[in-house]
Amino acid sequence: MSFQATRPNLLAAPAVAWLVAFMVAPCLLILGYAFFERGTWGGVVYTFTLENFARVVDPLYARIFLNSARIAATATVLAILIAYPAAYAISRAPKSRQAILLFFAVLPFWSNYLIRTYAWIVLLNREGLINTVLRWGGYEGEPLSMLYSEGAVIVGLVYNYLPFVILAIYSSLSRLDMSLVEASRDLGAGPVRTFLRVTLPLTLPGVAAGGVFVFVLSIGNFVTPALLGGGRFQMIGNLVYDQFLTASDWPFGAALGMILIAIMIVLLTLQARATSRASGTVREAQR
Amino acid sequence: MMGFTRQNAGGRATLILVFGFLYVPIAVLVGLSFNEAGLPTVWSGFSTKWYGALLGNADILGAAWNTLIVAVFATAIATVLGTLLALGIETRRRASTGLEALVFAPMVIPDIVLAVALLSFFSRLDVTLGLHTIVVSHVIFDLAFVCSIVRARLKHFDHSIVEASRDLGASPWTTFWRVTFPVLMPAIVAGALLAFTLSIDEFIIAFFTAGAGRSSITLPMQIYSMIRFGITPEINALATIVMSVSAAVLLVSQWLNKDQLR
Repeated sequence: MSFQATRPNLLAAPAVAWLVAFMVAPCLLILGYAFFERGTWGGVVYTFTLENFARVVDPLYARIFLNSARIAATATVLAILIAYPAAYAISRAPKSRQAILLFFAVLPFWSNYLIRTYAWIVLLNREGLINTVLRWGGYEGEPLSMLYSEGAVIVGLVYNYLPFVILAIYSSLSRLDMSLVEASRDLGAGPVRTFLRVTLPLTLPGVAAGGVFVFVLSIGNFVTPALLGGGRFQMIGNLVYDQFLTASDWPFGAALGMILIAIMIVLLTLQARATSRASGTVREAQR
Repeated sequence: MMGFTRQNAGGRATLILVFGFLYVPIAVLVGLSFNEAGLPTVWSGFSTKWYGALLGNADILGAAWNTLIVAVFATAIATVLGTLLALGIETRRRASTGLEALVFAPMVIPDIVLAVALLSFFSRLDVTLGLHTIVVSHVIFDLAFVCSIVRARLKHFDHSIVEASRDLGASPWTTFWRVTFPVLMPAIVAGALLAFTLSIDEFIIAFFTAGAGRSSITLPMQIYSMIRFGITPEINALATIVMSVSAAVLLVSQWLNKDQLR
């Protein structure tokens, strides 16, 4: 209550104005576009229609949606399965080393996304490093074509978002009240049971935060399917891109974008609810 | 005791595997950028010729210059707006859910959606696209990240020193510049550095808001089109430089903000 001399709303005003003008207004604009028809030569004709949303359930597009959801879900599960043990190991490392381990786990996340994705082209292509290493190892068959596949897209997504999941799960683990774990062990539960009944449930908020993040960013991803899927694996993000840059069907692209936003809002709300429920459980457990 | 050692060994093995997964692909790129042959199939000796090739490439140098301009302007605006926003949010009497959501949104909104929304918005208003529209767009997410870092610092801020300054007769303005600002300074600089790296690396939003023509191509756009044409040794060299710059900036940012970690 000490910088009361300054007015909070006044301080926040410039940034809020910026976000409203350049984020909220554009999003509302395309929300509007989603309900209009496309012009014959591109552009938007202001006649109300629900056609753009109806097209989403058209088998052609519904398949892309389901594919995207499956790829995103697989990437999410894999990222959590890799990140949890890593975050756990960091949280059990000596206190003095945790910060540095965490920093290096997260560092790649802040470097160029395109380059991190490109690195996998270098590894996976037919003349790439993995095939070269296999040949050194005595493999004589056809080089493996690993690039331009669903698997490559999933690997790319997991690779790119893993650092954030490690960070999210670590922050849950580092807040974990160890006395609860000790109590469980003292009461005779084995390490596995203690993990499943105490540690895991208490760190679910971190898992949920990391998982929602990977899923939301994966399902709307454009770069990874374009580069590692070779255009053969269209995801919703690529569909949005095409509507705006090649098909010139802005209203349909806008509708697809709004569906991505809706998915994001639903998942974030569920996650927030799960987190507040989990913190309720912690309070109860500590009582 | 036995269990303890086994757990440590397991943890160490996990970390080696995960860090290997994270860093081997990057290490391969860096290694190849110094390979005279430029290809992963043969190592024909150490060479910096691919770096030399970059210096002679006017397209890449032009794109690098554009990227720098965008990042500098976007960072400058975002640092001021983000810091003020952080002060505004943390001095409110009551938290505002709407405000929290507004500030959180730029960090989670799918970038392709923000990109097409901005393209629609600028073309609806007949704004000519160029480096200035990229700057305006980058400020959106840059300010959100600056704000979150400065807020973290403010949460641990000892408000009694502000009261002390006021009690000793300093004006609010003097108190801000002589007390609050110096304490926040490391977080502000750390936030600015993070914003700077986000800006130099951002591709999709820049791609949609740059407009047609070569004049406003940024480095990530240049890299994307190079990758689409296939793997070349120049990309490896360029990638190594770009990642080294990001890593260096982030190391400084982290070092400045290190008290935060404790």
